[in-house]
Amino acid sequence: MRYAETGFHLEIDLSRGNIERVASDPRSTEIYLGGQGTAAKILWDRVPPEVEPFSPDNLLIFSAGLLVGTPVVGANRTVVTTISPRNDLYKDSVFGGFFGPELKHAGYDKIIIRGKAPDLVYLWINNDKIEIRDATHLRGKGAIETVALIREELKEPKAQVATIGLAGENRVYFATIEHLNASASRGVGPVMGDKRLKAIAVRGTKDLNIAHPAELFEICSRMYQEIYDNPRCGDALKYIDEYSLEWHLNNFAWGNARERRKDFWNDEIAKKYEESEKRVRVRGTACYNCPKDCHHVIAYPGRSLYFQKCYSELTYMMAAYEDRDFNYNIVGLTQEYGLDGYSAPQVLAFGVELYNAGILTDQDLPGFPSGNGERFFYLLEKIVHREGIGDALANGVYYAARQIGKGAEEFDHNTIKKIEQVPLKLGMINYPYFLMHATGEKMNITQIEGSYPQAAIPDRKEREEYVRQWDAAPERFKKYFLEWEPREHPSIEAAVNIVDWNETMHYVDDAVGICAFLSSFTGQWGPKPPYHIYNLPKLISLASGLDLDPDKLWEIAKRNRNLIRAINVSRGLRRVDEKPPADHWKKRNPEMEQKMLDAYYEFKGWNQDGIPTKKTLDGLGLDYVSKEFIKRGILKENDGAPS
Amino acid sequence: MNGDSKKKIVKEIKIDIDKCIGCRACEVACSAFHANPKYSSINPARSRIRVVMDELNNEYVPILAGDYTPAECPGRHTFLINGKQYSECSFCRASCPSRDLFKEPDSGLPLKCDMCESDPPLPEPMCVQVCRTDALTYVEREEEVKEEEVSEDEVEIGLDALIDKYGLQKIEETFARMSLAKKG
Repeated sequence: MRYAETGFHLEIDLSRGNIERVASDPRSTEIYLGGQGTAAKILWDRVPPEVEPFSPDNLLIFSAGLLVGTPVVGANRTVVTTISPRNDLYKDSVFGGFFGPELKHAGYDKIIIRGKAPDLVYLWINNDKIEIRDATHLRGKGAIETVALIREELKEPKAQVATIGLAGENRVYFATIEHLNASASRGVGPVMGDKRLKAIAVRGTKDLNIAHPAELFEICSRMYQEIYDNPRCGDALKYIDEYSLEWHLNNFAWGNARERRKDFWNDEIAKKYEESEKRVRVRGTACYNCPKDCHHVIAYPGRSLYFQKCYSELTYMMAAYEDRDFNYNIVGLTQEYGLDGYSAPQVLAFGVELYNAGILTDQDLPGFPSGNGERFFYLLEKIVHREGIGDALANGVYYAARQIGKGAEEFDHNTIKKIEQVPLKLGMINYPYFLMHATGEKMNITQIEGSYPQAAIPDRKEREEYVRQWDAAPERFKKYFLEWEPREHPSIEAAVNIVDWNETMHYVDDAVGICAFLSSFTGQWGPKPPYHIYNLPKLISLASGLDLDPDKLWEIAKRNRNLIRAINVSRGLRRVDEKPPADHWKKRNPEMEQKMLDAYYEFKGWNQDGIPTKKTLDGLGLDYVSKEFIKRGILKENDGAPS
Repeated sequence: MNGDSKKKIVKEIKIDIDKCIGCRACEVACSAFHANPKYSSINPARSRIRVVMDELNNEYVPILAGDYTPAECPGRHTFLINGKQYSECSFCRASCPSRDLFKEPDSGLPLKCDMCESDPPLPEPMCVQVCRTDALTYVEREEEVKEEEVSEDEVEIGLDALIDKYGLQKIEETFARMSLAKKG
């Protein structure tokens, strides 16, 4: 019997309309755990670098993490994996909510989608009964509206739905896959649109088995209380005081990631914002089996009820220099269209900048309004319909700048590997952050940072106390933290280790499906994140029966990290691509940065071009990767081999 | 009417729908507790509590499985909540022929909340234990109840129903066999 997982994948070929239920290899779970890890292996095996994102041969994989559907509190995330048109590289994005648990109960760990439907369809998974159904009547429907329409059509109010909006249908590069209170972003939506798959609806009523049930349940029933009581976990904007509105508004850049307004926040604004919140916020809701009510339900006049999550609470208003009400209004629309709340505001602000600079003219933008807010709504319509200049903007800042030309490239100043980044404009270079921005496979800092605190504690005594409580940290980080004085740079050794730990925890979470707000993203806010490298192995073992300890878990995360790196390397990613936006920090130190990068590559077991060596790959059991690299001339036969 | 008065413990789960955040931890815990062996599997479809959710109309209503009923209701009321019409079935706790709610997904047998009666007893039912927002709270109170003598009429109503279902012959045979067994 398989525990924690169902042991089956659903293979859907949309070109031929073929549906297959395929048993998965239990060995794969031992090696890559699940979720992102097992999906990356499938992508490596079946999507060679010659396959383009919009080819029918590209795969779109929905994976419920290994612990999803078990009683482990907050394990509810589904990861979507594909090769994205954003930069022709590996992309994944995780979303919470209720989709993953429902998929497990329907009897599947993964849905693997290939091919391209002749016209718009949706997938209906009802336990063993799977249908590819016509969705032409849902064309252009909003992502929230579609959920209601599908549930009504199927007469199944309990169906969980993941869907694209108009943006996804029109292959807008920063389109999302929406699931009411959660969404997958970072360039997976357009692939779903390209496959002409409007939505997936799931209903499952099967059991999910647990290896050591009584013991696991005993721990989990304590975790509900612990997580509920822990003020340092959950959505940062909702739960973590010092990272609240004020912090984001004063520290993050406005417009097209241009300007920091350090003194923006004051009592008057606080009061105004509170009033606008009161007008539209209805209640807080949670994801499956988690006591944190992270999502605000928003009732904005004229819009469907929608779920506000995290930092998109501010991204549009800051990009447009607008007020809170504007943000609530536009998110009600962008969630229907299905757009990434990080990228979309920057693309819109980029469009406005180009107009102000005279690069885009009234000819490109007939009837362009004068107010910033109105301009955002105007550009939004152009983009989601891919109309006129919107067709270029729909490809994201990087490609749009090159398509528009006339100096527009100068305005593409906040992308890494062609993807819009968090709009931060800071003073002094921060080396761990430099490394995370430059080298992270997730290409978004929030998916890489999170276990090691962002700032030093000035008072030595407080620091010692912090370290004393710090169950989550391996010993070396306690040492680094104790020695860390404010405004001091960590040593090279400390920097590479910090980066490694931060991303390792994300690789664990994204394989098992635990929410980063309870784990990998949460350690930075205090010494007691609910989940960490020392308590997760036991939970995973009890649920799945796998034999794990912290070292073995770390090793799996490292393997997954290198496998995903390998997919990107096979697609051409090299050291030359690994740099943060030029103006991310005012004060840089190019020499030290390169030293850091050298040290990081070495630490990771990569060569100086950022390619995992044969020794590293073989040591992780990824010899099939090193063989392929040698065959393709990416590595030489003797590279990294003992002399 | 006569009869003795007796103390009885009434167990109650109070539901505050305004506090429900829709996490469905109650469903997870209930299905785990009632799995056989205990906790060995999870399946909200077997849970005896369901959060009836209509996210698009902001409705989150935990409902505990009630009695099995052999027939559908003769007529159904409708509720208008936030301008949206719901059938009475939406929030009904009965296991009934007209829908699959509160039935074992495999066998179709009815499910009913048993307040997690077990030996040793739990301090509170499982769903209440995991509901940290206190949408579900457990109340035990003592009530004085008068033990009423059961009249023959009432027994007859029960027997009538059994005869309707199984036929007089079957009931007579069963009655005879049970009488023999009891009397030795």
